[in-house]
Amino acid sequence: MPAPAWLAFAVLAMFASAESAGEIPFKDRRSGFDLMSPQTQAMQADDASNPGMLWVIDGERLWQESLGKAGKSCASCHGDAVNSMRGVAARYPAYDERSKRPIDLSGRIINCRQKQQPAPPLARESDELLALTAYVAHQSRGMPITPATDPRLEPFRDKGRGWFERRLGQLQISCASCHDDRWGARLGGSIIPQAHPTGYPLYRLEWQTLGSLQRRLRGCLVGVRAEPFAYGAPEYVDIELFLMSRAAGLNVDTPAVRP
Amino acid sequence: MKRRDPATFHRLNRRDLLLAGAAGVFVFAVPVRALTRPSLAAAILAFTGDAPVKESGVHFEIAPLVENGNAVPVKIDVDSPMTADNHVRRIALLTEKNPQADVAIFHLGARAGRAQVATRIRLATSQVVVALAELSDGSYVISRANVVVTIAACIEDLSDE
Amino acid sequence: MTRALVNVPKTATRGEIIEIRAMIAHPMETGYREGVNGARIPRNIIKRFVCKYEGEEIFSADLFPAIAANPFISFTTTATVSGTITFEWTDDQGEMQTASATITVT
Repeated sequence: MPAPAWLAFAVLAMFASAESAGEIPFKDRRSGFDLMSPQTQAMQADDASNPGMLWVIDGERLWQESLGKAGKSCASCHGDAVNSMRGVAARYPAYDERSKRPIDLSGRIINCRQKQQPAPPLARESDELLALTAYVAHQSRGMPITPATDPRLEPFRDKGRGWFERRLGQLQISCASCHDDRWGARLGGSIIPQAHPTGYPLYRLEWQTLGSLQRRLRGCLVGVRAEPFAYGAPEYVDIELFLMSRAAGLNVDTPAVRP
Repeated sequence: MKRRDPATFHRLNRRDLLLAGAAGVFVFAVPVRALTRPSLAAAILAFTGDAPVKESGVHFEIAPLVENGNAVPVKIDVDSPMTADNHVRRIALLTEKNPQADVAIFHLGARAGRAQVATRIRLATSQVVVALAELSDGSYVISRANVVVTIAACIEDLSDE
Repeated sequence: MTRALVNVPKTATRGEIIEIRAMIAHPMETGYREGVNGARIPRNIIKRFVCKYEGEEIFSADLFPAIAANPFISFTTTATVSGTITFEWTDDQGEMQTASATITVT
């Protein structure tokens, strides 16, 4: 006797829900921009009113600034960022030969300054580092995120995925529980986004300033009552590596504005 | 708090009363700052004096439900020919429940061409926000908006970051 | 270091009403926030914004703590002559930051 219709549907539903607990299929990927109110979207869309642009113009100035014993600026080696930095943020984090692990854009800028210029180190989350990172990332605005394919990144990407799927903190909630399974629903007054880091560093209305992805991740970790990793921790870069491949195909929109 | 057996429970001594009173005062001390600011009506009166205030001619754009009270975009457009004889002199933004009533006072004049300003404001909580314009003939026009704020702006716990 | 973005149309016709937008980096510290250990963070805001067109004041604003950080103001004026439009932001301490833009009016 053939299986009753209801059983077939139940089996299908089981597999369907198992699939939805994983990565968001490409056709359903949405930038956090799409889930914002029209007013906040307008704030981002207009460069004259986007507060993040204040850091981008500052980054442009810092790019030209000669520093250190050799009196070098970023421009001394990299020329015009509009050309040389185009597409860079779209494929970061990248594999760093020196440390033999992935490095994020801010980490690369910190290294460059210390070793190549050389100049005094930039602190994570400092206005200067945020401005330079925003300026460089801004050169990829409008370009689709295309994760680096270096096979040496695979084990680190898997670690990042592990952090994304693991239940954390006193509240024992994983990133996936909200951002894979419940995006579009409301947490308090806010709509849960899919958590694609398309526009970092971004201007968060809650912070009233520009901030990095690491700052945002720390906020989430504190939110589930977990001990956040220190700024610059390798775990953040592994998570970013995973998040960027999860966001593949969405356009970079640095500097974004988010609530 | 000292434990007390039921037999002595009803006999509150003077120290207990003082403690209870102090606790009561402490509980009210926090929002007292909010209570001592002028009411919205008083703030409007301070701006307009005795002059007549009409509820027309002001297009006040502010979202009824705000994503974050730290930066609320507002736009005000006042109907006016903006001639030397008939123009908008000032536009004020006032709030009902922020720690202070005043948000901004914009000074215009006939040269503006249009009585149109936009900015971003902070709202501490759900409340009424008012756009008030002074016309060159000394009269005033007003528009009120009810705004729901889901996250407070002015009060922030920095120990989280 | 003044970090400001001002937006003035590069050209306009005489008598045309043009839109001007100005934004400056500033925390606009309200004076109501508490920092570490409950210590009140002192108020520090830009309290006055003035825009001048070839030296003549065409628009100004008195700002209070409820103006959002990195204050953004948009307003209009009538294009009269070619020249410089200047922007002045003054804070609680009386320190002034400035920016300018040029416009060609035909």
